[in-house]
Amino acid sequence: MGVFQMPSLGADMEAGKLVEWLVKPGDAVHRGDIVAVVETQKGAIEVEIFEEGVVGSLDAELGTTLPVGAPMATILADGEAPPPAEAPVAEEPPPRPVEAAPIPAAPAPMSAGPAASPAARKLAVERGLDLSALAGSGPAGAITLRDVEGAAQPAPAKPAPADAMAEMRKAIAAAMQRSKREIPHFQLSQTVDVQKATDWLSARNATAAPTDRILLGALFMKAAALAAGKVREMNGHYGADGFAPAPQVNLGVAVALRGGGLIAPAIPEADTLPLPELMAAMKDLVARARAMRLRSSELTSGTITVSSLGEKGAEAMTGIIFPPQVALLAIGAPRLRPWIVTGGDGAPAQIEPRQVVTFTLSADHRVSDGRQANRFLAEVDALLQAPEAL
Amino acid sequence: MTQEQMKSAFLEELTKVAPDLEIGAIGDDDHIQDDLELDSMDVLNLVAALHARLGIDIPEADYVRIATPALAADYLVGKLAA
Repeated sequence: MGVFQMPSLGADMEAGKLVEWLVKPGDAVHRGDIVAVVETQKGAIEVEIFEEGVVGSLDAELGTTLPVGAPMATILADGEAPPPAEAPVAEEPPPRPVEAAPIPAAPAPMSAGPAASPAARKLAVERGLDLSALAGSGPAGAITLRDVEGAAQPAPAKPAPADAMAEMRKAIAAAMQRSKREIPHFQLSQTVDVQKATDWLSARNATAAPTDRILLGALFMKAAALAAGKVREMNGHYGADGFAPAPQVNLGVAVALRGGGLIAPAIPEADTLPLPELMAAMKDLVARARAMRLRSSELTSGTITVSSLGEKGAEAMTGIIFPPQVALLAIGAPRLRPWIVTGGDGAPAQIEPRQVVTFTLSADHRVSDGRQANRFLAEVDALLQAPEAL
Repeated sequence: MTQEQMKSAFLEELTKVAPDLEIGAIGDDDHIQDDLELDSMDVLNLVAALHARLGIDIPEADYVRIATPALAADYLVGKLAA
């Protein structure tokens, strides 16, 4: 028997609100199935299960906010009988539910129940408010209708966009403050001639329907993923036991949300995807990130992140590593620049207008040194000189 | 299709790509990237949507010709007539 728990969707997450069950008792579940939707600071997240079996019982009520690790459902192995009702579901005591922000304490009531006007009592019941938690402003501290009207409203079911934005800003702040506090960052930059890559891509896209076109950003993502696969000190997680290199490259892609905010879901095994598939994965990820509908594994499985300023942005950026990862590649906007091009076979060097892009790698000095960071950037440069091989 | 009808079609697809934009608030000369902050993925999605709706395949070299609603209406009406 297994217990499906509220997952941690990032180092900064403490609790999530269960808003939807996508399974019911008796349903078979498989590793990777989406079983619930949880509302977090990063939007509504589709939570996957990592067990095989049959749903025995759903143990969490819709609408409740549960701390990370709280039991949500019981999963039975195939053929396993449900436990007797009196058996404890989990050996450990269940974590305390997260309390709503306390309302300021009221003066001690003079009698068993607080004095309140009938209208105040009626409204309090309608709004689900506890009268004894309210401060009265009426005669002898009695609670009036106005006191109840002024009391905190129960939280709306869905946060308004402004609230969602504020929540996301808090999530970004928590992750970035932790990163700046804990990770000794160092940065290396390299400006790469990408003319060959843009020429190759233009020729390819000229004969492709719009839905089959590939963006320059996808080439950069592929090059970054391949480089991460080669330089293991840039790809993995730093935990309590130090650095653990990842066996595969799950490429985090920083997606700017329209209206503000940023989220970096991951494309699993991006280094193994052919370009058209990587492009499709990026499209899908961006669309779902903007709709605030990502999967739990996408938020936690990233092993390195790429953040691109796009085709119209600034020419360079030094990024902040997304913990527990140990490296982040920031990509500036392409610029047409005078560039010295050396001809092959002893041909003289020439100055030519070329599209160039500045790649800046932020790395974790607990894990790597300039030598490895240098190798990573050199790898990206070399890969982009042979775009047809990506 | 008239210039005005084409502009409406363009604005409809544009606001599907960027649902936070309101058609009434978009000026004829607003640049879809510089003013309305579409990124290259958004532009590609817009081009694909226009292709699906109008049957007009806009090559990459012509993306600059749909950079504002006014430019796009001109360009697309011309392409449809061609």
